[in-house]
Amino acid sequence: MTTETRPPHPPTTTSRQPAWEHHDVLDLDDFSVAEIETVLNLADRMREILDRRIARVPALRGYTVVNLFFEPSTRTRASFELAGKVLGADVLSLTANTSSVVKGESLIDTVRTLRAMRTDAIVMRHSMGGAPYLAAAHTDASIINAGDGAHAHPTQALLDLYTMRSHFGDLHGKRVVMVGDISHSRVARSDMWGLAAMGAEVVLCGPPTLLPRGLRASDRPAHAESALPAVTIETNIDHAIEGADVVMALRLQSERQQGGLLPSLHEYARLYQVTEERLAKAHPGYLLMHPGPKNEGTEIATDVASGDNSTIEEQVTNGVAVRMALLYLLSGRTEAPGEPSSEVRA
Amino acid sequence: MTTAPVLDADGVRRTVRRLAHEIVESNAGVEGLVLVAIEGGGAALVQRLADEIEQFEGARPPTGSLDVTLHRDDLHRRGLPAALKPTQLPDIDGRVVVLVDDVLFTGRTVRAAMDTLNDYGRPKAVRLAVLVDRGHRELPIRADMVGKNIPTAQTDDVRVLLQEVDGRDAVVVVPGRLEA
Repeated sequence: MTTETRPPHPPTTTSRQPAWEHHDVLDLDDFSVAEIETVLNLADRMREILDRRIARVPALRGYTVVNLFFEPSTRTRASFELAGKVLGADVLSLTANTSSVVKGESLIDTVRTLRAMRTDAIVMRHSMGGAPYLAAAHTDASIINAGDGAHAHPTQALLDLYTMRSHFGDLHGKRVVMVGDISHSRVARSDMWGLAAMGAEVVLCGPPTLLPRGLRASDRPAHAESALPAVTIETNIDHAIEGADVVMALRLQSERQQGGLLPSLHEYARLYQVTEERLAKAHPGYLLMHPGPKNEGTEIATDVASGDNSTIEEQVTNGVAVRMALLYLLSGRTEAPGEPSSEVRA
Repeated sequence: MTTAPVLDADGVRRTVRRLAHEIVESNAGVEGLVLVAIEGGGAALVQRLADEIEQFEGARPPTGSLDVTLHRDDLHRRGLPAALKPTQLPDIDGRVVVLVDDVLFTGRTVRAAMDTLNDYGRPKAVRLAVLVDRGHRELPIRADMVGKNIPTAQTDDVRVLLQEVDGRDAVVVVPGRLEA
């Protein structure tokens, strides 16, 4: 026992300090399992705040978050805005068509300008993969990737993991099937990293034209072998869904049809739509997920989207809680590991 | 450094029992009473108080716990802890909520607890019961029920050890080091 003044309960020791090393959230490929768990555990507490009669706490008072969206978004933007506000942060939202970007300002200038106004965190969505990395390299504000091209959408992946964990407790060995346009899906990419880290079995299903190359072990260049999580590819949806614990339908980006990747939406729906009948082969108690926005009648049948196994609305609520947890952790106001607070509890 | 406990195991037991009686007495019974622990020091204490009350009143008041971290006014100095404790409350609307903590010191935790409570509802009254009042208040707050008043220096560390958490019952004052 030391003689330092510190809280009597619980003892503050380094081992109790939850893992968290990030200054930015760019993708899940650099998250340790412990860090993912830190976020999910904290999200549990945040979820509880959301259910309070007055869902607002002053913890991030004076912390400024800017939503910088170069692509349209409803849920992600609203979700971050609410997450910040519930924690007492100031949140403003900018969209590309009303910002100086239309006057030709570069991404780097925009980010620097926002930082000069003492912005603490910038939540960014951009059509170019890698854009948030560029931004992060030019500012000391925290950058949160809210979707960059077809590359990554880490906060969606974290809320997906949170939703699955809240139903299953442990994701080890759970069969998670993602169905649809995998190649253009940043959600699928980030989910893959997160699910692999948490020990789930990942199955990707879709027409061959919408499956990214390089995912099959045989397609991979030797040096890439370890850089990608292990996944199973299955082009037959009935085989894929068999025994699934989670079926996640991904939005079919109808603009892809023009690119010659699909013969017709009708044919896609016939072969790959997630339907009640197909879900009958899933594991009892399966979860039906969709990151939204969804095209009912294309990748998902209307009745299953609002059915008993659907977690689609729950995912939206969880998204706010997970983003609250991230803003809280990124605020940098958390105690440094192993450093007990200097003041005694009242 | 070891010092003789200010309260030993018997002392803690008697004090908790007296607090339990005072809580029920001031409320004229268990009806409408809710005991709420301030997370950190209050959790084990609340269960003991509820056990005691159940024994001599034959009815157990509903209990809950409150994590007040996000309402603290000194977060910029202390930093946010990267983990939070769950808050679980029974219905508090129109009830007499007794906040329970082990040590009352500056009063800032209690202020944060009252703010947190407001997010959940509107109690009929809020009271404060503490095992130890060590003085040095920084806000106009006092406890309604006090187990023991212990004069301390600002830098002293007052520890309430409870069987459930620490393996034994005692209240110990660890003298603070002189300011450098």
